[in-house]
Parts: sequence; C-alpha cells; structure tokens
Amino acid sequence: MLALVASPAMAQQKTVKIGFISTFSGPAAAIGNDMRNSFELGLDHLGRKIGGLPVEVIYEDDEIKPEVGVQKTQKLIESDHVDFIVGYIWSNVLLASLKPLVDSKTMTVVTNAGASQLAGEQCSPYVFSTSWNNDQTPAAIGTYMNQKGVKTAFLMGPNYAAGKDMLNGVQTTFKGQIVGQELTRWPDQLDFSAELSKARAAKPDAIFAFYPGGAGVQFVTQYAQSGLKGQIPLYTAFTIDDLSLPRLKDLAVGVPGAQEWVNDLPNDANKKFVADFKAKYKTTPSFYGAQTYDAVSLIDSAVTAVKGDLSNKEGMRKEMEKADFKSVRGNFRFGNNHIPIQNFYLQDADKTADGGYALHTVSLIVKDDQDKFHDKCPMK
Amino acid sequence: MLYFIEQLLNGVQLGMLLFLLAAGLTLIFGIMDLVNLAHGSLYMLGAYFAATFAAFTGSFVLGAILALAATFVSGVVLEVIAIRPLYGRSHLDHLLGTFGLLLFFNELVRLVWGPAGMTLSLPSEMLTAVQIIPGMYYPAYRLVIIAATLAVAALLYILVMRTRLGMLIRAGASNREMVGALGVNIKLLYTLVFGLGAALAGFAGLMQAPILTVQIGMGENILILAFVVIIIGGIGSIRGAFVASIIVGLIDTIGRAFLPDLLRAVLNTDAALTLAPALSSMSIYMLMAGILVFRPEGLFPAASK
Repeated sequence: MLALVASPAMAQQKTVKIGFISTFSGPAAAIGNDMRNSFELGLDHLGRKIGGLPVEVIYEDDEIKPEVGVQKTQKLIESDHVDFIVGYIWSNVLLASLKPLVDSKTMTVVTNAGASQLAGEQCSPYVFSTSWNNDQTPAAIGTYMNQKGVKTAFLMGPNYAAGKDMLNGVQTTFKGQIVGQELTRWPDQLDFSAELSKARAAKPDAIFAFYPGGAGVQFVTQYAQSGLKGQIPLYTAFTIDDLSLPRLKDLAVGVPGAQEWVNDLPNDANKKFVADFKAKYKTTPSFYGAQTYDAVSLIDSAVTAVKGDLSNKEGMRKEMEKADFKSVRGNFRFGNNHIPIQNFYLQDADKTADGGYALHTVSLIVKDDQDKFHDKCPMK
Repeated sequence: MLYFIEQLLNGVQLGMLLFLLAAGLTLIFGIMDLVNLAHGSLYMLGAYFAATFAAFTGSFVLGAILALAATFVSGVVLEVIAIRPLYGRSHLDHLLGTFGLLLFFNELVRLVWGPAGMTLSLPSEMLTAVQIIPGMYYPAYRLVIIAATLAVAALLYILVMRTRLGMLIRAGASNREMVGALGVNIKLLYTLVFGLGAALAGFAGLMQAPILTVQIGMGENILILAFVVIIIGGIGSIRGAFVASIIVGLIDTIGRAFLPDLLRAVLNTDAALTLAPALSSMSIYMLMAGILVFRPEGLFPAASK
C-alpha cells in the first residue's frame, strides 16, 4: 500500500487483497506466528508481488474459537472485500467458517485444517487445501504401526472435529485391535493423568496420540513422567513438530510421527525455504509454515494465469487445480476435492551437532496417498 | 482395584493443586472481601519465575525457592500499587480492576518471555513411575506434588491456627473494623495476606509447570475451578477449601476415568466418546449448583470455622 501512495504512476494498478486467518493470541500464537512468517517469506521471495500485482495482507486472530473465526471470516469478506482467504489451523474453526466462504465464492486456500467434511460432501470449487485431510497422516502412522508388528493399540486425542477424524484415520489402516480410545476436553484439558492411567491399565502394544500445538508438549511430557516411555511405545500425528521440539528436547527423541513435509526434504524449493527462513527468523520452520508458504506459490500461479484479472475466478480455479508450482514437499497434484494427493514420511527427532534438536526424515511410509472421503465430494 | 486406587491418587493430586490456588483465593476473599481474578496471573508468574530461575541456576529446587520468593514480592508490590485502591469498593469494581490486571500480566509475560511458552524440565530421576504397592506404579513427580502440598497445608494450618499472625488473620476475617480499632496495622496485614496468597498461587504454578508446561494464560482455566472450590468449601474457610479441593479433584478425575465406559454400555462408541468429556466437566458445576441451592454458605461456612 505504501508503494501505491509513493508512486502516482501505479495508482491505477490493482492490489491483491489477502485475508489471513490464524491464531495469534494465547499459547497457539506460536503456530500463527510461524504461518505468518512463512507467508511473509513467500511474499519476499516473489518480490512482494503476486502475479505481478502488489499485495495487501490482513491478518486476523481466530483465538482458537469457531465463533470468532466465522466472525473474522465474514469481516474479511464483507467489509474488506478480500480476493483470497488463507489460513485456518483448526478443523472446527474452518467448519464454522466454511458457509460464508462458499456462499461468497471467495477463493480460499486452507493451509492446515483438514476437516473430513471439507474433503467429502462439503467440498467446494473455490476452496483448496495445501495441507491434507485429517485421516491421511494418522492412516500413514497406522500403516507404520502394522510394519512394526503392533497388535493392540490405545488411541488418544482431543474432543473436537480433528480429534475424531484422527482417531478414525488410524483405524482405516491399522490392522490390529483397538483396546481403548479416549477423547479429552479441548482446548482446556492439559492434564492427562486419568487417561494415561487408563492406557497403562489397558496394556496395549502401543499408544497413538494426536495432540497439536502446546498440548503436544504437555502430552509427551506427561507420557514420559508416567514412566510409560520404556514400556509402551508412542506413535504420533501432529504432536511433535519444529515448534514443540525445542521445548520437548530429549523427550521427543525416538517417538515416531508421520508428516507430509519434513524440514530436510531434499528438493530445491524446500532447501531455499528452510535456509531463508532460518536466516530471517533464526529458527526452524514447522509444517504449518511449509503449508502456508506453498499457499503463496499456489495463489501466485493462479493470478499469473489470469494475468491479474481477479474477477476471473473460473480461470484461477482451473489454474489452481493443476497445482503448477514448486511445492516445498515435492510436487503433488490435487484430487477432485482439491485436497493434495501426496507422500507421507516417517519422521523422528535427534540431537544436532550444535547441541540443539532437529526433526529428520526416516523413510517414506506411503506414496501418492489420497484421502478416503473424495468419493463423497460431488465435484469431478 | 489397583486401577481404581491409581485414579483416586490422580484425583487427590489434582485436588492438591486446586487447594494451593483456592487457599490464597479464599484467604484474600475472606479477609479483604476482594474478588481477585488476577490470582491466576500470580500462578502463571510463579511458573515463569521457576522456569527462568531453574534455567539460570541449573537446579529445580533452587529455582523453585527463588520463584516462591519472587512471587511473594510480586504479590506485595501488586497489592500496594494496584489492589489497595479497590478495597471497600463494590465487587463489580474488583472484577473489572483485577480482570484488567489479568490482561496486563498476560501482555507483560508476552513482552518479557515471548509468546512461545517455556519448559521447566524435571531432573531425570523424576521421569519415572515408582511402585507404591505391589503391581501399582505411580508417576514419581505426582507423588512429590501430593507430599509437598500436604506439607504446605500443614504449615498453613499452623500459621493460621497457632501463630499471632494467624490470629490476626482470623480476627480480620470475622471483624475487620474491630481489628483496626484495636490498633492492628490492618494495611500491613492486608499486604502480608495478599503476598501469602500470591506465594501459594505461585507455588501451585511452579509445581504444575513440569506437567502442564509454562504458557501465557495458563492460570485462567484453573482459576475457574478454584472459584468453584471456594464456593463449595465456603468462602473464607481454609478447611473448606481443602475438603472441597479434594472433592472437586476426585469428581473431575473419576468422571474422566469411568464415565466413558459407563456411557459405552448404553450408547454407541462414538457418541459415548464425545459425550463423556463434556459430562465429566459439567459434573463439578452441577455439584456447585447443588451446594448453592441446599447450602448457600458452602460446606464449611467461615463463621463456624
């Protein structure tokens, strides 16, 4: 905007207005900041221009509350008249906000939340995801648990849309027996003593846990304190990431997790993203950031294809469906429901030479995985 | 059976933490007639101080002691600067004033320590479960919490019932004007009581920090439970706070432990899984509602203590 004011020659030019919804207050602000930093870095890499047009980003805080998220979404659509909306960490916030997004046909790029409804019956021509559907990541770890010969498992997650999707996701691939499952109060329950006692009493071969954000730190810490670490192995999805690792340190080492992106994936786009992120922000980006960085490239490809004509939503949609950009996870394609068909990797943490900790890729668990809900999506 | 005992211990442990918070809250309410929403902020400060000092000194115990002193001092300073003007005003003013303080402390912590939160790591020998009766293991650190809180409860009992300061505190609770008229420095007494409440909250925060980690706003949810505890126990009564804390801790834990299985007997798994956490968190408030209807003064009304 400043550039606009500064040079009268550009006064005729349009700007690309992007509304960005994430969490910027409370403990989960760490996630929101990582996403914002990655988005800003993506814009830096494009010379602060999208499809050749200057960019204005309006950041809004959802406070992890569905009712706040929908209100901020409506504000961005109705009073800011944004061209794109990007973000959404939480499935329940996304589900609440989906109706105004779809009704207004706002071009939307969801960069984390993977509610199964979005992949299925509530899919929309103008809504894309640069993340995954909730069932994919736990399904990948379920596959890995089969490989490790796990026969019985105890499942735990928080009681909201994503928690239920994740627990169901493990069961789509895991062939053993589920000896117990628990959903805990979200987001206020941080003490899992009663549930861990239950897991101990159920004597499973393995525990699966999904605890995103700060709750992951609490869960893994309490799992270690309960003395279960040596007895019942833990398998995770979205519980240990680059944001929680500096706080978990040794407790995270040897706890496997599945992820579609790891900071050491050896493609050029990723090397540039991670190196520049580290240089600019002095910390490692997380998968939340990687997915958000991809959103910049995806939007840029669409605006470039329609030569800056932001009213040509049909043209932008067609271009975005090609996923014709260099993703930091390696290239992927979109399914009919606009959810990526992509690889999932096994990741683990270890100590680095400088005394810190880092996540690294162990192996590929599943190649070109597609979610199980795409059949329910009416789009072809 | 062993499993049931383990869940009872979980409940008692939660109750112990609630007691530390509720004791300070009920003292401050009982003696100064002040509703302190910023009590949770002192809980948070205790945790942040402990994490900082423990990292600085390299010792958990030393960090905890320093943090306790620092929270006491913070409480005293807070009382002198911000709380004093609130005495004698309406409860609505207290709520607004202390809610402002709560927001202030959240932002202050964000400025000083950053938004990401901190970790207070336990010594590695605490990362284990000990066998307390044959066949039953319990996390060592949670046992430490129970023991430490019982010790603090005993000290608090001696302080309030057996010392001159305690006598003044009890006198202040039953008749403020009279205590002032007898020449007691009521201002100083208030400051000390507030500092004591702050230290108790800080102790709760730092004991909880290794389990729940240290983050902004960590005191807010637990403060609501602490208010429930003092309403059930009777406002101003430490004994009431102790009993009610254990009751609330047990109800919360037992609900979480056994409700899902009970519900699964009558509902399908999905519905039971979703409903159980909601019902178990409601049970505490239902108890509070029952107490308010049948014993509005609480289980141990302050007058009869």
